Amino acid sequence: MKRKLRLQSIAVAATALFTVGIVGTGFAADTIKIGVAGPHSGDLASYGLPSVNAAKLVAEKVNANGGIDGKQIELLIEDDVCKPEVATNTATKLVSSGVDVVLGHICSGATKAALPIYNNAGVLVMSPSATNPGLTKSGDYPNFFRTIAPDDAQAQVDVDFALNVLGLTKIAVIHDKGDYGKGFAEFAKKYLEESGRADVVLFEGVTPGAVDYSAIVQKVKRSGAEAVMFGGYHPEASKIVSMMKKKRLDAAFISDDGVKDQTFIKVAGEAAEGAYASGPKDTADNPLAKVALQEHKDEFGADPGAFYQNAYSAMLAMINAIDAAGTTDLAALKKALQEEKVDTPVGNIYFNEQGDAVGVGFSVYQVQNGVFVEM
Amino acid sequence: MDYFVELLFSGLTRGAIYALIALGYTMVYGIIGLINFAHGDIYMIGAFTSFIVATVLSIYGFPLLAIILLAGVAATIWSSAYGFTIEKVAYKPLRQAPRLSPLISAIGMSIFLQNYVLLAQTSDFLPFPTLIPDFEFMEPIAHIVDSTGLVILLVTAVVMFFLTLLIKYTQIGKAMRATSQDKTMAMLVGINVNRVISMTFVIGSGLAAIGGLLIATHIGQINFYIGFIAGIKAFTAAVLGGIGSIPGAVLGSLILGLTEAFATGYISSDYEDVFAFSILVCILIFKPSGILGKDETKKV
Repeated sequence: MKRKLRLQSIAVAATALFTVGIVGTGFAADTIKIGVAGPHSGDLASYGLPSVNAAKLVAEKVNANGGIDGKQIELLIEDDVCKPEVATNTATKLVSSGVDVVLGHICSGATKAALPIYNNAGVLVMSPSATNPGLTKSGDYPNFFRTIAPDDAQAQVDVDFALNVLGLTKIAVIHDKGDYGKGFAEFAKKYLEESGRADVVLFEGVTPGAVDYSAIVQKVKRSGAEAVMFGGYHPEASKIVSMMKKKRLDAAFISDDGVKDQTFIKVAGEAAEGAYASGPKDTADNPLAKVALQEHKDEFGADPGAFYQNAYSAMLAMINAIDAAGTTDLAALKKALQEEKVDTPVGNIYFNEQGDAVGVGFSVYQVQNGVFVEM
Repeated sequence: MDYFVELLFSGLTRGAIYALIALGYTMVYGIIGLINFAHGDIYMIGAFTSFIVATVLSIYGFPLLAIILLAGVAATIWSSAYGFTIEKVAYKPLRQAPRLSPLISAIGMSIFLQNYVLLAQTSDFLPFPTLIPDFEFMEPIAHIVDSTGLVILLVTAVVMFFLTLLIKYTQIGKAMRATSQDKTMAMLVGINVNRVISMTFVIGSGLAAIGGLLIATHIGQINFYIGFIAGIKAFTAAVLGGIGSIPGAVLGSLILGLTEAFATGYISSDYEDVFAFSILVCILIFKPSGILGKDETKKV
């Protein structure tokens, strides 16, 4: 009798072990490896570092609560300096280190270059900031998701604002010839023309890093534009607004979330006053956003930078999907992302077939007394 | 007509900016036949030095004129020291080596300086203080040329004038010309060639520092990477005008600046670089040594 009992208990233990073994095969390794890729050095580092902070904070919190199904999260942080040619190396390095999912990349151009490498390896990628429309709408990148609305949505918001709120009829559209800036500018032009209420009096690209933008500013002035709509990043934007002020060009400046960065105000100073820039909707009232903000302040002693909340949300969405799917297999994760709604700092979101988050959007901000104020 | 004049001054300002950097390229090339790719980064260091000095001085409430002068002097001395050291460390040991070696050393030096400033300072764009106020007498024509643009034009003209005087009429200028013509012969007649070369680097770097101060004031922002694009354009201008020739560098810079401004103004800024480099190709086809360059075949 005694012996029988012992045998039974051994059998139970063996079954238990076996079951654990089967569940365990869902994960290849002992940890869930989450890659964090973006510009962590170089002139656009201010866009990438907040995502690293977000990833660290979320991973720390999840790990402290026992991880995902008992698996700890391990972060693999890699720099791509926002350059497509570097991003492919970054991606290859992450894939060969056995990354399960990736938070990133930050810039659209770099993301585009890196995605095929992740796709071949069956790795899910979620960007907090790459807004190029083609990334989701072209259907070329089935492994790509994002927690930010694409540029065309942003261009729509800017155009609506220019037409309905400012009542403008003549607009010059300028871009920096990059994937992101030109993409935005082309959509802005398209929506302006479709509205039939405003003329696009100028559509041109400027060379980033040029020493002087006075010629293009003179051209804008000659075109009689009431506003400049600019697609690009803050270094060029601050040069252009400063030059507009110097050349006594009194036109509104409307731009995108590449410009909605405190550095723009810091660098352009007084010339930035009154400029408009669209950016992700203010989520300050969302309780989760407040928590995320407070965590950042406690840990790093400063306010987070650009895309922090989007990165925080992307981490939560990915972790939630891994938890729900019980695996890091791409197909299962995609299904989970599309079916499971998740509460994040940017709202209660899920993802559509193409990979865009449903429930996030843009609003327009204006620089007033050195800060961006939501309009 | 107004538009033409506006573009003309845009182009001249841009050209004057290139000229301040191009002069250093052309001087060094004239003396030792080396394209000093680190020159753009010397300009960047000049801009950073003047940024730091100007920021500190404005905290102490110095008047604007004193800030410009002190920042300019500090940047000139500091950048000259860099130019001097770079020559001693990276180029002098390679003086007898094949021509390609110092060229590669120069590229390495450029990358080193960029990353050194990136690590020692910051990767962010920094707001450069407005050191040149809007002059009141400029107000009626401010839409054509702003005060900073005017100062840049004047400084470039003055610098070119004194540089020409220096080279034509002073002893060191004579020694420079002799060294540039024939280094061995210059040594034989008792010219301290090493000193002449050092002086060339010091003067060239000093000019780049003045350029750094003025251009940064004009653009209003600096970061560690500004030297690269400005350096490439200035180098193009120096080649266009005839590398090794000082009036050539200024002429080439002005042609490049005007081409870019008019291409932007009358055609499209999408193609400003295309036009700039097309001009370069066209001139080099018909005059391989540049507009004012000496006709001699030399390998670069």
